[in-house]
Amino acid sequence: MSTIGQRQPVSLRLFAIGFLAFWMLIAAFPFLWTLWGSFKVEGDFFSKANWANAVFGVLTQSETGGTFTGTGYEGAWVQEQFWRAAFNTTLVCLFVVTISLTLGTLGGYALSRSTERYTFWLLIIALIFRAMPPITLVSGYLPVFFEWNLWGHLPTAIIVLVAINQPFTLWMLHSFFKNIPQDLDESAMVDGCNRFQAFRRVIIPVMWPGVITTGLFSFLLAYNDFAVTAMILSKENQTMVPKIASFLGTTQTKGNVMFAVASVVSATAPLFMLIMFFQRQIVSGLTAGAVKG
Amino acid sequence: MKHKTFFWFVLPSVLAMLLFIAFPIVSVVLQSLHVSHEQVIVQVENCGPFGCTQSTKIDTQATEALRAAQPLGRWAGLSTYLDRGHLAVAEVAAEWRNAASMGEFLGRLTNLPFYNAMFFTLSYTFIVTPLTLIFGFAIAVAVNSAAKSLRGPLIFFTLLPMIVTPLVGSLILFWMVDARGIFGAALQWAAGDPNLSVKASTPLMWIMLMVYGVWHAAPFAFIVYYAGLQTVNKETLEAAVVDGASRWERIRYVVLPHLLPLTTFIALIQLMDNFRVFEPIVSFSAQAHATSLSWAIYNDLGGETRQLSSAAATSVLTIIGIAILLSPVLVRTWRDFSRK
Repeated sequence: MSTIGQRQPVSLRLFAIGFLAFWMLIAAFPFLWTLWGSFKVEGDFFSKANWANAVFGVLTQSETGGTFTGTGYEGAWVQEQFWRAAFNTTLVCLFVVTISLTLGTLGGYALSRSTERYTFWLLIIALIFRAMPPITLVSGYLPVFFEWNLWGHLPTAIIVLVAINQPFTLWMLHSFFKNIPQDLDESAMVDGCNRFQAFRRVIIPVMWPGVITTGLFSFLLAYNDFAVTAMILSKENQTMVPKIASFLGTTQTKGNVMFAVASVVSATAPLFMLIMFFQRQIVSGLTAGAVKG
Repeated sequence: MKHKTFFWFVLPSVLAMLLFIAFPIVSVVLQSLHVSHEQVIVQVENCGPFGCTQSTKIDTQATEALRAAQPLGRWAGLSTYLDRGHLAVAEVAAEWRNAASMGEFLGRLTNLPFYNAMFFTLSYTFIVTPLTLIFGFAIAVAVNSAAKSLRGPLIFFTLLPMIVTPLVGSLILFWMVDARGIFGAALQWAAGDPNLSVKASTPLMWIMLMVYGVWHAAPFAFIVYYAGLQTVNKETLEAAVVDGASRWERIRYVVLPHLLPLTTFIALIQLMDNFRVFEPIVSFSAQAHATSLSWAIYNDLGGETRQLSSAAATSVLTIIGIAILLSPVLVRTWRDFSRK
């Protein structure tokens, strides 16, 4: 039955396959290419003579004796202390996700259950906040952070990222809690729970799918942020993304661009894993707001 | 829900937004109306064996005292907004008088940093957003017609450009279009010009930034459209087939109307995100060819001298820009709400 609308002429079919192949090439190939190239020396990754050197590693062979080399990774992780940045990123992501979800579930739940007019205004204000580029806020933070000696520390960055994250988290969890039937917590309240007890005993056990999805996006925001972390973290406390950007400024001139390549691959790997394990949640999260709206 | 319970539930979240979003906005506006104090200069008379000389000297103590007394700086009113780095009122007026034609006027306008950044930001926003919609839709239709077993891996690889950190993703592309990278070499070969370099050419740099923009955002449009395609009403489609509608007519009259609300949603999100274009300019080191509003703020804040007032003024102008861009949506939401 379902084939009536699906039957396609051969030409259209071929075109669709060709287009998909083209898209796969531009979506996936850059990552595979950079992964492969990160194990070569700079002369191969940026080959003046012949692009095929990057595939076969001609210069890598003559410079290091093997077709693969880990010097880029060694330089980045050991010499330039990329491990410190990786550790900072782990801390920032862990705390940002935990704190924003805690605040977001409470707020999102209340917004989904209240029918007052102010919930609408709260959500609209959150939408406006979501639309503002985070970097426009940074010049508001800096003088205050300098004055109170808050600048440069990880906890400061964590709190700022949590706040920037809130509008999105609120929207997402609000629409998620709307889908949990009201009868559930109301019957608990009839049985003598107060609002918070009903939330804790009835809503928390069933909210995990939505919370996990929202958590993934909070994680991505904290992990991918450059504008805020580059501006309010000191050099020792840098997370991975500003660290990579700083490689561009300093080490490109020293000819150590391979450090940057290695760290770029290192920063991409966790995201690769993330999509692999959570593809379903990411897809459902992206479509949740849209399909209903 | 009772007002009091509601208040306690939303308090932490609202407090976070109040302290770190709402107050900073106020602080940004205040800063943009002030400039930092000038150094206090005093006249000192040096009397030596050969008579006395007058010299001027910076009074560090008095400067510090003044800065401590008024940490925001000197009241400057709108002067930061009107200076050459921002709205450049005097310069624009001069160009308007001197320019022979509209084209020449606009050309000269892009020499002013703010208008240059504005021009790129708007072009980027209004070119990348429609292309993202079209490209995302095409991928969604293609994936939807692929075999079921292939769809999982196809979606996996499609998500990659969107999920990967913007700075990292743009760097990866940038290294490939470098004159010594594989795409750069292919471009040189295709153009027959061994000296062709994306880094050196403004139009190529613009195209590259926009290609990156579409590459990064198309997966989002794809996912939303793909989910939309799963919910197209099969019976309506079959009825259309029975009525003799061609493939194109079925897409035009059944599928597209179904996807229209999704398009508004994607366009809204994309307008917000494209207006803040920033990371690719950093990783492409494109500032000589293209700057954006976000990049201008970043540039003011970074470096040895943090030009807070200048950054604050650009921030306020950016927020106003976003507000104008969003206003149709907000007005519509308001109408929907008051009708209820």
